[in-house]
Amino acid sequence: MRINKIAILLLAVALSACGGKGNSGQQQSEPTKQTSGNAVTETKSASADMSNHPGKKVYDSVCLACHMADGSGVPGMHPPLIDTDWVTGDKERLIKITLEGLSGKIEVKGEVYNSLMPPHSHLSDKQIADVLTYIRKSFGNNASEVTKEEVQNVRNDS
Amino acid sequence: MKKLAYFVLLTLLAVSCGQENAPENHTLHPDNDNGGLTLPEGFSALVVADNVGRGRHIEVNENGDIYVSLRQNDGNRGIACLRDTSGNGKADIIEYAGEHTGTGIKLHNGYLYFGADSAVVRYPMQEGELKPGNSWELIARGFPQEGQHEAKPMEFDGQGNMYVTIGAPSNACMEQMRTKGSPGMDPCPILDYAGGIWKVDENSLNQHYLEDGERYATGIRHAVATRWNNQVGELYAVQHGRDQLHQFFPEMYTTEESAELPAEEFFLVTEGSDFGWPYCYYDHLQNSKVLAPEYGGDKTIQERCENKKPPIMAFPGHMAPNDLLFYTGGMFPEKYKNGAFIAFHGSWNRAPEPQEGFFVVFVPFDGENPSGDWEVFADGFAGTEPVNSTGDAEYRPCGLAQGPDGSLYVVDSNKGKVWRIIHS
Repeated sequence: MRINKIAILLLAVALSACGGKGNSGQQQSEPTKQTSGNAVTETKSASADMSNHPGKKVYDSVCLACHMADGSGVPGMHPPLIDTDWVTGDKERLIKITLEGLSGKIEVKGEVYNSLMPPHSHLSDKQIADVLTYIRKSFGNNASEVTKEEVQNVRNDS
Repeated sequence: MKKLAYFVLLTLLAVSCGQENAPENHTLHPDNDNGGLTLPEGFSALVVADNVGRGRHIEVNENGDIYVSLRQNDGNRGIACLRDTSGNGKADIIEYAGEHTGTGIKLHNGYLYFGADSAVVRYPMQEGELKPGNSWELIARGFPQEGQHEAKPMEFDGQGNMYVTIGAPSNACMEQMRTKGSPGMDPCPILDYAGGIWKVDENSLNQHYLEDGERYATGIRHAVATRWNNQVGELYAVQHGRDQLHQFFPEMYTTEESAELPAEEFFLVTEGSDFGWPYCYYDHLQNSKVLAPEYGGDKTIQERCENKKPPIMAFPGHMAPNDLLFYTGGMFPEKYKNGAFIAFHGSWNRAPEPQEGFFVVFVPFDGENPSGDWEVFADGFAGTEPVNSTGDAEYRPCGLAQGPDGSLYVVDSNKGKVWRIIHS
């Protein structure tokens, strides 16, 4: 099972690496629809190969359970991390959400979520910088990286 | 073709046997692909509607009109009203009514009761009209503001009482919500106002559920699937078990164990029952209600859980039972009579293992208890296998209803697709 998973990930990464640059910058674009079809997650275009990025390890142990391996989230429960300004936009807001958590109604890609994300201030500045860089450059996203210093600044301000 | 002939014949027979309230269904044809569903031999399905919105639960009136509760809708018109005027089973009128969104929806004594997440209200049904009237009344209020497990299904016992699940806005009553290392609160203060089923009067207006109602059962984390069984006069519920055993206790649970555990528990809910949440969970591999790790559990010790009420059946973890129905119709074969159908919405908390559920199961019953093992009844909703991320599932079964002719209706939560399953 584990091996399968890795194979699928590798394949997805290989596919995305072949995809060339689709969206550039942080512009919102139409999300890649993943409907039914074969088991391999056929994504995405712009992301770099992030399979060895240190943020992936943090993501897999902390975020994946709710936001899923491919960042697609859970309909009606956990918002997707794909192609949304919440992830690829304002870094300070993103860092703050990670540190402090989030509750109450929010809208992500036209869908209302009223769920609860716990705070993750127990993670180090480096872990948060890594994981946020990872999500900003994975799942078809291609936004700038988040540095340890940026996390530190937001943490100190709050 | 042969099936079809049998079906038409049977239908004609059924109609001639004089089910007075049933709509004329002599032109009812199953879809060639059964609407994408896989069903046991002899069953078929047709798609009633493709896309009524974010469907939750479903009710069918004696005249065949269908009502679907919606989780989200522009203008909060969270009641989708469907009518088939041509008798082919397809809804040709779809209208939206109401001023609430939510999950619970139940036709009862000339009203359409609606479980908005924060209250239970009722709309008056109007003779001959598809849509209920606008002048709703507040029945039960005061529910906690919840960012999780906020669905409010309700049931009626025929004695004037209404039962409402108040899900716990919590995973395992940890001091810090869903945070690794945070201990479980003991006693869990949430149980005073949630994590159970409350009983209120079905007709009194403006009742505060804590002041005017009484707690009927406790230790239930969340149960969207509830049903009063009229045959035995008891309430049943299927619980959403707790999440994230591996995430919070990686040294104790592997990802595989955490995907499988704990069981989703099927409860016979009698007055005063305590099923053990948050202190206990059910391990269906050991057939034991064990102490939760937040309360000092080690995967096997029971301690206080020995005295908690066990389930009547247990299912693999996280499959999210979202509706329960006891079949009393005359259309399906004898084995289904008085048995239970359960719609499993499909999991999210099995990642990184593949997700499971996304099907409707059947549990045979004899009296108050199951008389055999569960089996998958309707499958194929997800449209893909395996489902790695929950969002990959095209459709997710969420609500069940029985039609006046004995058809079984299923509604999906992604797009609000409605199927009608028939037997011929």
